[in-house]
Amino acid sequence: MTLDELERLAAEERAAQRKTACWLHVCTAASCLSAGAAEVKQALEQELAERGMLNFCKVKGVGCMGLCSAGPLVAAQPEGFLYGRVTPDDAPDITRSLVEGRPLRRLAVPGDLPFFRRQFKIVLENAGRVDPERLEDYVAAGGYASLLKVLNEMTPQDVIREVTASGLRGRGGAGYPTGLKWSTVAKSQDREKYVVCNADEGDPGAFMDRAVLESDPHRVLEGMAIAAYATGARHGYIYVRAEYPLAVARLRAAIRQAERAGLLGNRIAGTPFSFHVEVRLGAGAFVCGEETALMASIEGRRGTPRPRPPYPAESGLWGHSTLINNVETLANVPVILREGGEWYARIGTPNSKGTKVFALAGRVLHTGLIEVPMGISLREIIFEIGGGVPEGRRFKAVQTGGPSGGCIPEEYLDTPVDYESLSALGSMMGSGGLIVMDDSTCMVDLARFFLEFSKGESCGKCVPCRVGTAHLYDLLDRILRGESDGAALAMLEELSDLLRHTSLCGLGQSAPNPVLSTLRHFRHEYEAHLEGRCVAGACRTGERR
Amino acid sequence: MNAGIKTLRIDGRDVGARGDQTILQVARENGIFIPSLCYLEGLSPVGACRLCLVEVKGAARLLPSCVTRVEEGMEVTTRSERLDRYRRMILELLFSERNHICSVCVSNGHCELQGLAEKLQLTHVHFPYRYPRLPVDASHPRFVADHNRCILCTRCVRVCDEIEGAHTWDVMGRGIEARIITDLNQPWGESESCTSCGKCVHVCPTGALSEKGRSVAEMAKRRQFLPYLTMMRTQR
Repeated sequence: MTLDELERLAAEERAAQRKTACWLHVCTAASCLSAGAAEVKQALEQELAERGMLNFCKVKGVGCMGLCSAGPLVAAQPEGFLYGRVTPDDAPDITRSLVEGRPLRRLAVPGDLPFFRRQFKIVLENAGRVDPERLEDYVAAGGYASLLKVLNEMTPQDVIREVTASGLRGRGGAGYPTGLKWSTVAKSQDREKYVVCNADEGDPGAFMDRAVLESDPHRVLEGMAIAAYATGARHGYIYVRAEYPLAVARLRAAIRQAERAGLLGNRIAGTPFSFHVEVRLGAGAFVCGEETALMASIEGRRGTPRPRPPYPAESGLWGHSTLINNVETLANVPVILREGGEWYARIGTPNSKGTKVFALAGRVLHTGLIEVPMGISLREIIFEIGGGVPEGRRFKAVQTGGPSGGCIPEEYLDTPVDYESLSALGSMMGSGGLIVMDDSTCMVDLARFFLEFSKGESCGKCVPCRVGTAHLYDLLDRILRGESDGAALAMLEELSDLLRHTSLCGLGQSAPNPVLSTLRHFRHEYEAHLEGRCVAGACRTGERR
Repeated sequence: MNAGIKTLRIDGRDVGARGDQTILQVARENGIFIPSLCYLEGLSPVGACRLCLVEVKGAARLLPSCVTRVEEGMEVTTRSERLDRYRRMILELLFSERNHICSVCVSNGHCELQGLAEKLQLTHVHFPYRYPRLPVDASHPRFVADHNRCILCTRCVRVCDEIEGAHTWDVMGRGIEARIITDLNQPWGESESCTSCGKCVHVCPTGALSEKGRSVAEMAKRRQFLPYLTMMRTQR
């Protein structure tokens, strides 16, 4: 498909869509589907057909609209009325309100909630708007225009310059500058190079990448193709966990559609550039999100990390130069090429540019998926966008970065969200999970929860992580059971220091973070447990036997 | 290959090296002791035991010397209060992980774990012993695998795969549950790929793999074959 053909397809699709005066967008991402969105969609379609209204209004399955706590969500376009907790029985009322041109108050979710107003959507610009199962809809929204512009008008160096200028940093958690990573792979003289999309999202409570893949899979493919052109790769892999069946199905369908349209595969858009993408499924190991373990898994070997250097840019898949980027990082790329690196760099803070997608979970009023500019404070995210802690409870802490991150208590809530500020607090940006806890959460129990996770997910290769996480878990468990004395806290600190400095990969190095950050901010809760009390009143076994 | 000649400084001593050598190799050539357990000359290094970590000036992290290549002007420190403390703790973790009662072990007096504990002056283990109940596989006619003594260094896995070419051994499970297995977790005696060559037994640093008929302290390992075999392969 050439640029002209792409523009024609976009124009045709837009014209076809304009013929329908009214659209009902039904969220068909995993969260709303599990709340019954498929039945709602079917009921709406049936209702419209029975009333003979299909010329006037159509139903469209779209991606995640964000406010997962109010699912299943239905949006009536073009007015933008949003309805939450819709059931199939509501279909007659909704269609009637369309005819009357008035919103249905009974189900309405206020469109001016801070949850929507305070967001800034780049990665999620199409989520909740385009049908993730149709290439034409993505193209109508401007999709693949960046790729064809890049292929026709830019050299690989131009692309890298633009990405570098954007200041984009890796969204998987570590925050490595994306432009720099691309340029190292581009510099490699290797004749065979690979682009890998890391979609092995495994943090408990994190679902950013899943939502992007389910809502807008073509955007990730377009980002990968641009990355491949910039670095000189001809093959790509998307490593996605098998626990995301819907994301896998939509990705596979998207790859087929793009190949058929000549937007992936041989001689893309009539240029000499070829790029093939394959999906590889992870078998449920958290450590396979670590890039060297991920590559071992793609190669068909046991998913264990290896020491770096050599970094993947030098020796990656099958020893070849490899670029590995996270889903969200790649999803930013088409926009950066469309709007320019300079435009992107104006968003965010001096060292952390652009936006970040967060999965807001735990004890907040509005849970779901949000995208906010970097530099926004945690307080704004939790109390304005999230609506605060439900009544009757007090905010206690927020865990960022999942099992590799740490908790942040109330006094630091005005910290701007960027890579460096969160690290300075003993936590980390991580991939974007935000778990809010209220005063009913015991912080020692929280640390034990994450250590149970790390202990179970340690691959067992290096000694500090394999044995150290098991000891840390046992120590925390004994403290919670009221069987420890003050020496246990010293041992927790000693082991945490060892793991952080001697473990082979990021899993072991960051596994002690939940322990260290709770010790730092909530040491009194540990001390109370040593005396047989639980400050939160959450642990029934807190009494000393 | 980037086999240019490099000079670097290890513990204040200037040493010369080939560019494709690792810090550990160069240190040993020069009689500088760096402890290690998973590393064995002739097998591919994996950097798993973390005992050979060293400080390199300018590097943010401690680096495993068995896989870190030398660089011109590198300044390496192999002994420090911090490194000694970490190394002792890692040994303690290994002792606490399974069952390492030397006095009843076939490899008592010939064990690398025991030898390093002596050398690093480990006087006691202050982490709680875990003592899991692990099986002893004596199904093979000539050898025994005692998982209670295994430290998961994977030397057996590598020698069987890289030198013997059988790949009988591998690792199963994750984290603290990880185990060395033969074939698809069958008894060793029923393994169809095992050639009974015994290389795994002799590269094993502890008493986890031993020959039948040996009693306490009788299982000394012979590793002389390994440099010879690797030389035969690489310099043919």
